[in-house]
Amino acid sequence: MRRFLNRWMEHGIETLIRLCGISAVLFVFGIFYFVFREGAGYLFNGLNLKEFFFSIAWHPTSVTHVRYGILALLAGTFSVTVLAMVLAVPFGLGAAIFISEFCNPRVRELLKIVIELLAAIPSVVWGFIGLTIMNSLIIRWFNTPIGLTLLNGGLILALMSVPIIVSIGEDALKAVPDSYREAALAMGATRWQLVYRVLFPAARNGLLAAVLLGVGRAVGETMAVLMATGHSVRIPTSLLDPVRTLTATIAAELGEAPVRSDHYQVLFIIGIVLFTITFCVNLTADLMVRGIRKRQA
Amino acid sequence: MFEITAHVRKKQRVEQGVKFLFLGMTLLMILPLLLIVGHLVYKAWPVLSMDFLLTNPIRGMRAGGIWAPLLGTLYLVIISLAVSAPVGVMAAIYLNEYAQDNGFTRVVNLAVVNLAGVPSIVHALFGLGAFVLFAGMGRSILAAALTLAVMTLPVIIASTKEALSAVPRSFREACWNVGASRWQTIRHIVLPNSISGILTGVILQVSRAAGETAPVMFTGAVFYKAIKEGDLFAYGLMDQCMALSMHLFTIATQVPGVPESLPYATAVVLLGVVLTVNATAIGLRVWLRSRKKW
Repeated sequence: MRRFLNRWMEHGIETLIRLCGISAVLFVFGIFYFVFREGAGYLFNGLNLKEFFFSIAWHPTSVTHVRYGILALLAGTFSVTVLAMVLAVPFGLGAAIFISEFCNPRVRELLKIVIELLAAIPSVVWGFIGLTIMNSLIIRWFNTPIGLTLLNGGLILALMSVPIIVSIGEDALKAVPDSYREAALAMGATRWQLVYRVLFPAARNGLLAAVLLGVGRAVGETMAVLMATGHSVRIPTSLLDPVRTLTATIAAELGEAPVRSDHYQVLFIIGIVLFTITFCVNLTADLMVRGIRKRQA
Repeated sequence: MFEITAHVRKKQRVEQGVKFLFLGMTLLMILPLLLIVGHLVYKAWPVLSMDFLLTNPIRGMRAGGIWAPLLGTLYLVIISLAVSAPVGVMAAIYLNEYAQDNGFTRVVNLAVVNLAGVPSIVHALFGLGAFVLFAGMGRSILAAALTLAVMTLPVIIASTKEALSAVPRSFREACWNVGASRWQTIRHIVLPNSISGILTGVILQVSRAAGETAPVMFTGAVFYKAIKEGDLFAYGLMDQCMALSMHLFTIATQVPGVPESLPYATAVVLLGVVLTVNATAIGLRVWLRSRKKW
């Protein structure tokens, strides 16, 4: 009897475990389905796709001339992301190299913990830092009337995406077999030559994946850019222009758009655009990391 | 004797230079942050006290404390983790212990990776569409917590999988050889040996759930709601609540005339909660790793 019960319970638990595994897939499709469902009505009926992607006019609440053009928002997301990456990639990879190749084990553990804590700071706190500290610093340094600009958002996003670049980059460097290092050092290479000539080529895909994951984080970040970039719809021409991103637009306007109105549905369509962008970026990063694993195996 | 040639000397100089450059880059990343945190605490100092934590915001959030948002965040975190931790851990067990390496498993793994990369604002849209509207929960603690659960799930799966795969295969084989079934092996060998890694992963998601703003903003958190002070059960499952992260956003940007120290203090409390939780997880990991027997 007891044996029968045990077997029955084991069977139940295994079924449960299987269901949970499958649920992961369901959630991804669920996310796409529900975001798509809310936006679909207007996407197929009424939305002018050409205007949507190629117009800079975003007047969702205008009485007479309602316009849904996201070009300026795309430009905002793009410019903030590029600026953040220009700042974060050299620092992130530099720190990854330092942590993985140049410092002793004790310092390495300490630095890794600090980086991990850095990654944990909530985005709304970053946004608050941008709104207060960065804002006043930029006003003072550049003598501008307002510091909530592309530069501010880029700096904040750079600080936010550096930890992920460091930790994934460090993993990629660590994944290079030690025999490579020993061979290079035995030939009389210095550590820098080792990094530059051996590790960079060997860990290229992993480092690129680290950068891509940083990009994914920067594109998807919401609260920090909402608070730090000044929130004005336009294509930026200088670092000191305020911009607005796709994510910030959704966060700022979703609360006010009446449910199922055109405006509301367009915000969901922007969500689909964001989902698609980050999906492609993450997929590429994942394939690169996987490529490394396979080669090692 | 060997003599250091000019070439070697140059090589060593470059090496030193590069080392200091990278050291500088690392420090440039960390030092500003310490300064920033120091500045936040300095600005927040005048209002930080037990009273600040235990009283509701008053006078249109221009005075008083953060009791209602603090408790709201606690509710959201506990409920979301109560859902995502068991589901995530079991999904990871499935992927690591049961699944064969076939097309389906690859799809699941890919789904997990991509789920982890979905921006938080898209999770907010999902939560609004699926839980608030489709499932008819309305804007409630339950809907917001479930949205957070979906957001934390993939990371819990990933960290648990890593912890499980760190248990040597020989442990499992030894157990199978004495006649244990798959589940018995998992229950008595694999889980006890990987529980530290699993726990750390889950704890890290506590702080992530506490810090996220966008997903709760449209699914359950409200600008203002007064609750009974000192009552831990002041919110119901279908109530709307305040959340610490959203409260910071609100008083920093939406309400004019808030005294400067209030948002600073809220930011410091939020930061303090998140960093304490994470430091605990890291401490736990270091401690358990030092006791590891293999």
